[in-house]
Amino acid sequence: MTQLALVIDLNVCVGCHACVTSCKEWNTSGAAGPLADLSPYGANPSGTFFNRVQTYEVGEFPHTETVHFPKSCLHCEEPPCVPVCPTGASYKRKEDGIVLVDYGKCIGCKYCSWACPYGAREIDEERKVMTKCTLCVDRIYDTSLPEAERKPACVMACPTNARLFGDVHDPDSVVSQAIRENGGYQLMPEWGTQPANHYLPRRKTRLRIHEDELLRADNPLKIEGRQPRPALSEPSLDDVTSW
Amino acid sequence: MALAVTLPLMSAMPAPAAPVDEVRKTTCYMCACRCGIRVHLRDGKVRYIDGNPEHPLNRGVICAKGSSGIMKQYSPARLTRPLLRKAGAERGAGEFEPISWEQAYSLLAERLAKIRASDPKRFALFTGRDQMQALTGLFARQFGTPNYAAHGGFCSVNMAAGMIYTIGGSFWEFGGPDLERARLFVMIGTAEDHHSNPLKIAISRFKRNGGRFISINPVRTGYSAIADEWLPIRPGSDGALLLALIHELIGQGLYDRDFLVRYTNAGQLVNLDEGSDEYGMFLRTEVPQEEGCFDPQNQLWWDRASNRPVVTHSEGCDPYLLGEFRLADGTPVKPAFQLLQERVKDYTPEWAEGITGIPAATIRRLAQEMGVTARDQKIELPIAWTDCWGKDHDTVTGNPVAFHAMRGLAAHSNGFHTIRALAILMTLLGTIDRPGGFRHKAPFPRPIPPCAKTPNTPLAVKPNSVLDGMALGWPAEPDDLFVDEAGNPVRIDKAFSWEYPLSVHGLMHNVITNAWRGDPYRIDTLLIFMANMAWNSTMNTAQVRRMLNDRDEQGEYKIPFIVVCDAFQSEMTAFADLVLPDTTYLERHDVMSMLDRPISEFDGPVDSVRVPVLAPTGECRPFQEVLIELGTRLKLPAFTTKEGERKYRDYPDFIVNYETEPGSGIGFLAGWRGRGGEKFMRGEPNPRQWEMYAQNNCIYHHELPRSYQYMRNWNQGYLDWSQRSRITRYAEPILIHLYSEVLQKFRLAAQGKGLSRKPPAHLRQRIETYFDPLPFYYAPLEAQATDTRSYPLAAVTQRPMAMYHSWDSQNAWLRQIHAHNYLFVNGRTARASGIDDGDWIWVESQWGRVRCMARHSEAVEPGTVWTWNAIGKAAGAWNLAPDANESRLGFLLNHVISEELPSPRRGEGQGERGQAFISNSDPVTGQAAWYDVRVRIRKADAGEEARTAPQFAPLQPYPGQEKRRSVWTYFARSGK
Repeated sequence: MTQLALVIDLNVCVGCHACVTSCKEWNTSGAAGPLADLSPYGANPSGTFFNRVQTYEVGEFPHTETVHFPKSCLHCEEPPCVPVCPTGASYKRKEDGIVLVDYGKCIGCKYCSWACPYGAREIDEERKVMTKCTLCVDRIYDTSLPEAERKPACVMACPTNARLFGDVHDPDSVVSQAIRENGGYQLMPEWGTQPANHYLPRRKTRLRIHEDELLRADNPLKIEGRQPRPALSEPSLDDVTSW
Repeated sequence: MALAVTLPLMSAMPAPAAPVDEVRKTTCYMCACRCGIRVHLRDGKVRYIDGNPEHPLNRGVICAKGSSGIMKQYSPARLTRPLLRKAGAERGAGEFEPISWEQAYSLLAERLAKIRASDPKRFALFTGRDQMQALTGLFARQFGTPNYAAHGGFCSVNMAAGMIYTIGGSFWEFGGPDLERARLFVMIGTAEDHHSNPLKIAISRFKRNGGRFISINPVRTGYSAIADEWLPIRPGSDGALLLALIHELIGQGLYDRDFLVRYTNAGQLVNLDEGSDEYGMFLRTEVPQEEGCFDPQNQLWWDRASNRPVVTHSEGCDPYLLGEFRLADGTPVKPAFQLLQERVKDYTPEWAEGITGIPAATIRRLAQEMGVTARDQKIELPIAWTDCWGKDHDTVTGNPVAFHAMRGLAAHSNGFHTIRALAILMTLLGTIDRPGGFRHKAPFPRPIPPCAKTPNTPLAVKPNSVLDGMALGWPAEPDDLFVDEAGNPVRIDKAFSWEYPLSVHGLMHNVITNAWRGDPYRIDTLLIFMANMAWNSTMNTAQVRRMLNDRDEQGEYKIPFIVVCDAFQSEMTAFADLVLPDTTYLERHDVMSMLDRPISEFDGPVDSVRVPVLAPTGECRPFQEVLIELGTRLKLPAFTTKEGERKYRDYPDFIVNYETEPGSGIGFLAGWRGRGGEKFMRGEPNPRQWEMYAQNNCIYHHELPRSYQYMRNWNQGYLDWSQRSRITRYAEPILIHLYSEVLQKFRLAAQGKGLSRKPPAHLRQRIETYFDPLPFYYAPLEAQATDTRSYPLAAVTQRPMAMYHSWDSQNAWLRQIHAHNYLFVNGRTARASGIDDGDWIWVESQWGRVRCMARHSEAVEPGTVWTWNAIGKAAGAWNLAPDANESRLGFLLNHVISEELPSPRRGEGQGERGQAFISNSDPVTGQAAWYDVRVRIRKADAGEEARTAPQFAPLQPYPGQEKRRSVWTYFARSGK
């Protein structure tokens, strides 16, 4: 059974927010839109975004890591938002595992957002419906797009290619391989939600230099160290003594 | 093109929206990177904008800004009508009445014609982050004014000048790190906003390929976040670090000797006869040389085999790099490398530790990592090439250590020498234009310095005449300075004067202050294009706003007429007498020209265009059209026929048909020249040129043969190609200037030697000190002029990746990412001052103060505080509500930065402040020293308002501006 998901590589994410606004621009005029912006030019602007990037500092100076952490619906395999929905608006698709909201049935009661331990849902204050990441379901099956572009908008946009997209149930997919080989992990697995989205951790590359690598036979200082010979005509002891 | 959308699995989703009607390719302008974009339209509205996968720069990706172009296009901050300041209204109040374009043109043309007929320098044209310097520069020159520059002087001119005067190329448009093949990448200082998508793509690939990334920065944000190692450094001390690294590399013998010998002036003998007028200059043979803008190859080496001086690059000879020698006539000489070694002798890691805060052991390890990686992980590409001395090489070698730096290094008053040190470090490692190191991009490398020169006399400025020379150039010696006989500046910004001799991008940051003070003279009309000089692009913001509105004893404005052309309402437009509404990037033609800063790749020249995707909004007209119309009305020769008739219908017509001189075949666009579009760089105008660009992703990419892609400073094949293509005049080798004779010439003049011009007495010591032919470290000038016990902290800004300068607060989506900013303070530093996270505090420098909110951070070194650049706004500016976060909670650090420092003339009582001042800039280049300011912080008093200060009277929307929505549900379809 297919389970589509994102794998987000924190090792290369620079926190540029390309995923945040590319998602917004695709979805506001797409099947899940429009995504309202309240007070767009006033105090405390607040709009609906399916993707957000949070930035954390870890550790104390100077051993500080700055972590950019993109967050969106994790398309859980056991989504706690689905059973709490009184109208059946919140549902998980069998065919690809995407968790969606049927706006026609949603009454905006917010039970699902209370149930979601990840804070991934966003109430649309204009339409009074619950919204969330759809994995760009209105893009990824669009056969009018070239096959290479049938991916979520955030994946297409990401300048560091930190966002991988595919079927985490297919062991040969790019995402499964990345999870397997790079220590991919789920958020808060202890909740039993089985998030489909995974994150790849930071990895460090170091260089070890052995002491004896510093000095080599061809060290140019050996050439430079050879001092010029004085001219034969310059004074020497020969000029002053005969022993 | 109608697209059928099939959504077989969407049964429970709302009905899919209509498909897009059309996809148009053009070039982004949400920042200065110039990525290729595809604009998808539905019902004439923008459905979405994505990256063009076929574009070499961004290869399909797009950033947060580029993805938010919709909100720029439809922003209520847009200006839509020409506006004239209301009679009786104060400047800065933003009270205007709409006028027609014809009124605007005739008013302006009449005024400018009078200026041109009397004294053209009373017209000043300064532009911001525009991408049309080839055209704006042409207009200014044709007008005859020397008072023209773009924003480079307050951006990163130290980077351009420091590197171009050393290696003949520079970072960003003209070169960059080859991360595809590098093994070690060192990024120094904030550099996120230049070449951002390409760099993001490259860093990610680099890391995934197992490369090691070290970031040196007072702050760990942006790209530094994913560095393998972060080395926090004190602002302005980078030069000390770089010199200590050079000390280590030389001390360990970890330099690429073969590279230094053949491709740099390391082995050239310097005259050390202190009594000679030639002291500190290279010895030269007597062979008469053709005079030209290149290094004649007549310097000397001391040959190791024959133990005597020989002409450099003599067959079979190898010079001593260290040692001291005497010529037959007794002249003492040393190789340049020996002088470099002596220079860095005392720049030990222990010395640098005390200045930078980086432990000496770490500095040693860093030097070893660089040196060993460069030496032991060599790349050899099977590419045959021939060097300028006729030697054939079977391979191209690479030493895979790459660097990147921009404004973090540049925006200090010691930045020029810091960047010279960086270029020298890169050279010692043997990484210039080699795989895995630094690589050039056309039209660079260029001679050191490049050939373009300003006039060197005020006589070049004549009524009704074209300026006799370029407004900006590259001085090679004191006689190239643009000064009068007494040594006084000709330009309003004092560029190319003895105060800042190598100010190759001008000093836009001093234009308003100088014009207001009348020093060196008063001007009449100031035309500002796309620069927010009344807010974030100026230092000393509150004072500068007063200057813009100040009057003389007769009640006349000290700057009599201010014209601002911009697409958006801003703090600056409020001070205009005349506002000209520009188009957005989606509404106009543009060229990213080889005559300016093209988007070339390492593998060859690339230029590009924008084409209109949408019709102009309201009465907006592109600034290019304004210039061509004004040029025509003023009968400037480039824009009119001999009979004074209009030569170009409009800007697209100008671009196709303009040639640098009649029949030269060189124009703004290099691609698809010739009648059928078959020629590159040179060729007759092609009437279908725009069309051909539009059909080809809006770019022209000329990929060089592989043998021309490396070692271009000394690659005969490349240099010949470059000469034939008229990219350069000469095909002579461009040896790297470890040792700078150009700088020494200025120093000699200051010492009273030689026949060249001499600096005025009060600047002699300044020139002698800072025109050192070898890099040296000095504390930033402001630190020298500050009691650092009273002001112990350095304050800097960083660039948020989701905002470009002040451009995006009017963008409904981007402002939700950065609606207001905090001052980030190391937790320990904050607690020592009793400041809690989120407290309101005062940041005070000796120049001014600003109230803001503090945020504790562990990702900043304890002696530094920082904030995001240009998030704070004046109330009502950019058509935000007066209570918007930007003007209430956000703040502008510029309030504590001065545009001037006390000058060497201090005490002479000159000027309206009672003292003489000199620009707060690098003494070599005039680079604005934004990052030198020293501050202290204290908690705001309990009774104080929870609001930023200073505050300014809120701006009201202008006529023709759209009303601000209280809710926006953007959905691309007509009528909505």
